[in-house]
Amino acid sequence: MADINNLKNKLEKTRPEKIKLATTSLCGCFGCHMSFLDIDERILQLVELVEFDRSPINDIKKVGPCDIGIIEGGVANAENVEVLQEFRKNCKTLVALGACAVNGGIPAMRNQFELKECLEEAYINGVGIENPMIPSDPEIPLLLNKVHPIHEVVKVDYFLPGCPPSGDTIWTFLTELIEGRPISFPYEQIHYD
Amino acid sequence: MSLETANHPEKLKRIAIEPLTRVEGHGKVTLLQDENNQIQQARLHIAEFRGFEKFIQGRPYWELPVLVQRLCGICPVSHHLAAAKATDILVNATISSTAEKIRRLMHYGQTLQSHALHFFHLCSPDLLFGYDDEVRHRNIVGVIEDHPEIAKQGVMLRKYGQEVIRLTSGKRVHGTGAIPGGVNKSLNREEVNFLQKDIGQIVQWARDAVELIKGIIDQQPEYHKSFATIESNMLSLVDAGGGLDIYDGNLRAMDADGQAIFDQVSVLDYEQYIGEGIKNWSYMKFPFIKSIGPENGWYRVGPLARVNNCDFIETPLAEAERVKFKAFNQDKPVHAVLAYHWARLIELLYCTEAIQVLLDDPEISGNDLVNKGELQTKGIGVIEAPRGTLFHHYEINEDGLVEKANLIVSTTNNNQAMNESIRQVAVQYLDGNELTEPLLNQVEVAIRAYDPCLSCATHAMGKMPLELELLNASGETVNRLFKHSDGHFS
Ligand code: SF4
Repeated sequence: MADINNLKNKLEKTRPEKIKLATTSLCGCFGCHMSFLDIDERILQLVELVEFDRSPINDIKKVGPCDIGIIEGGVANAENVEVLQEFRKNCKTLVALGACAVNGGIPAMRNQFELKECLEEAYINGVGIENPMIPSDPEIPLLLNKVHPIHEVVKVDYFLPGCPPSGDTIWTFLTELIEGRPISFPYEQIHYD
Repeated sequence: MSLETANHPEKLKRIAIEPLTRVEGHGKVTLLQDENNQIQQARLHIAEFRGFEKFIQGRPYWELPVLVQRLCGICPVSHHLAAAKATDILVNATISSTAEKIRRLMHYGQTLQSHALHFFHLCSPDLLFGYDDEVRHRNIVGVIEDHPEIAKQGVMLRKYGQEVIRLTSGKRVHGTGAIPGGVNKSLNREEVNFLQKDIGQIVQWARDAVELIKGIIDQQPEYHKSFATIESNMLSLVDAGGGLDIYDGNLRAMDADGQAIFDQVSVLDYEQYIGEGIKNWSYMKFPFIKSIGPENGWYRVGPLARVNNCDFIETPLAEAERVKFKAFNQDKPVHAVLAYHWARLIELLYCTEAIQVLLDDPEISGNDLVNKGELQTKGIGVIEAPRGTLFHHYEINEDGLVEKANLIVSTTNNNQAMNESIRQVAVQYLDGNELTEPLLNQVEVAIRAYDPCLSCATHAMGKMPLELELLNASGETVNRLFKHSDGHFS
């Protein structure tokens, strides 16, 4: 595994600024972001190498030019499409993090039903509902008929499988990527569950 | 005054805070202002929908604990355990005491990690630096730079909780430990030793965290008392003796004065007590106490409700802190929204103490893991998730396949309350003003206090840019504020 201080020295020689990293969650459960935080105290080292751009952990609400963009979750509504395209436009390297981004994951289980059936089950036929109706205000984004993996919408540079990939997997990935090495994982870091 | 719906929305300026950040999940706030900058309407919209209730139909019941937790990766253990408790009823089992203790350990670990994450990683920047701190700095990286010790303790508290989860469930996120009728593993000697090694330090850091929040409140007690504060009913589980219990128990609802609306109601009867309303402008439903009705029957859940509702906490350090908490409002219920943080950290301390007690209990290494009986058709599991009372309700057919599912997730219970709180902020701070970024962050500070998990709330999730658009009466854009990635506006 990369030694952070070597990495830092090396980086300082080759580029004046920190690596810029943005993350977002589309139709995912936030578990992949949690797993990212499972790098634990290594985050103290990470922030020496990396500057966060837009991410749910800060208040930057629009993504700017970045080196690495990490996407959790698949594409389920019009807003997801917009955010994903913004990320692609701004990020040199785009990463699909976790099962939902890679292949739609659990939310894509709704693809076997009509969207209408799903909405009716939640808002019309549900238990204990006082005033059945399907929300439709223009302030809430339009749902897509199906949930899509992100590579069906934009080009993706790396796919990290797992639900979620472990914190160690994410750490190996990031440090190798930042160091510019071919990315390889120890056996126990590759998971599909 | 209700700011829920303006009389003539088409004539008003619309300001959107989108996406909400440093919260989990996907939501936005819209505000409508008249020519005098008076706020006429304020709404929290939940922008996502997943459809779990439908696509879970036809799946075998034993998949529920692993499948449904994918609703939420922040508190997956809560969904894992609520579903497991519902399936205990489906398989007609009373779980062994080893199984219950392992599940409790998992849940305390989870509440510890979730509370630490919420306080340190997401909210501490507002409290340490102020809501109007610079956008670039107002986050965990800023805390790491300015208060490395605090940041590190937060990271280590969360890490410890995650390790408890890993050892009891097999994985830090989306583990598989709880199964219908019990658990699939207990802890061996080595695992117990591993956790015991650090627990003393963890309890101490939890105490420091409670001191930290009390210190912050002491600096501005009036602000903490009044900010976004609303009075409300409160709902939570309590144990048979009225004490705090986050894994099991009966429902207790109190009104704003602390009088019982109902008490010691079996969770199996929840349908008789809780109804849900729908509003066209949110994918998140609006639950209410049926005996009071949808208009005034809304309530709050989560740490504030739990610490207010319970008569005592079984662990000594947390109990001492609860007593001080209640004294904040002369032993009447504390309604201050920012007191959520205080209550949350008292619970964090409780979890560390409860973990310490369980680690000394030989039953967590027992071998009696699973019980099973004749298959039943209806199962209900209720738990106190970090964010509040969580209801899972499933009905299955004789082949064991799900036919019906109803989930009321914690954050949904707080839907109306969060809406009321942002309206309070609108009236207190925004009315009559040009809206600036720090002012708008106040709206988010109020929402963050509830620790909403907007991803489970709609059984979905995501995030986006902050664009403020002011429209004039005929709908033309008169002003547009754009927050760029460097935090600047143009
Ligand atoms: S891949 Fe798994 S952990 Fe990641 S967002 Fe999807 S469900 Fe959550």
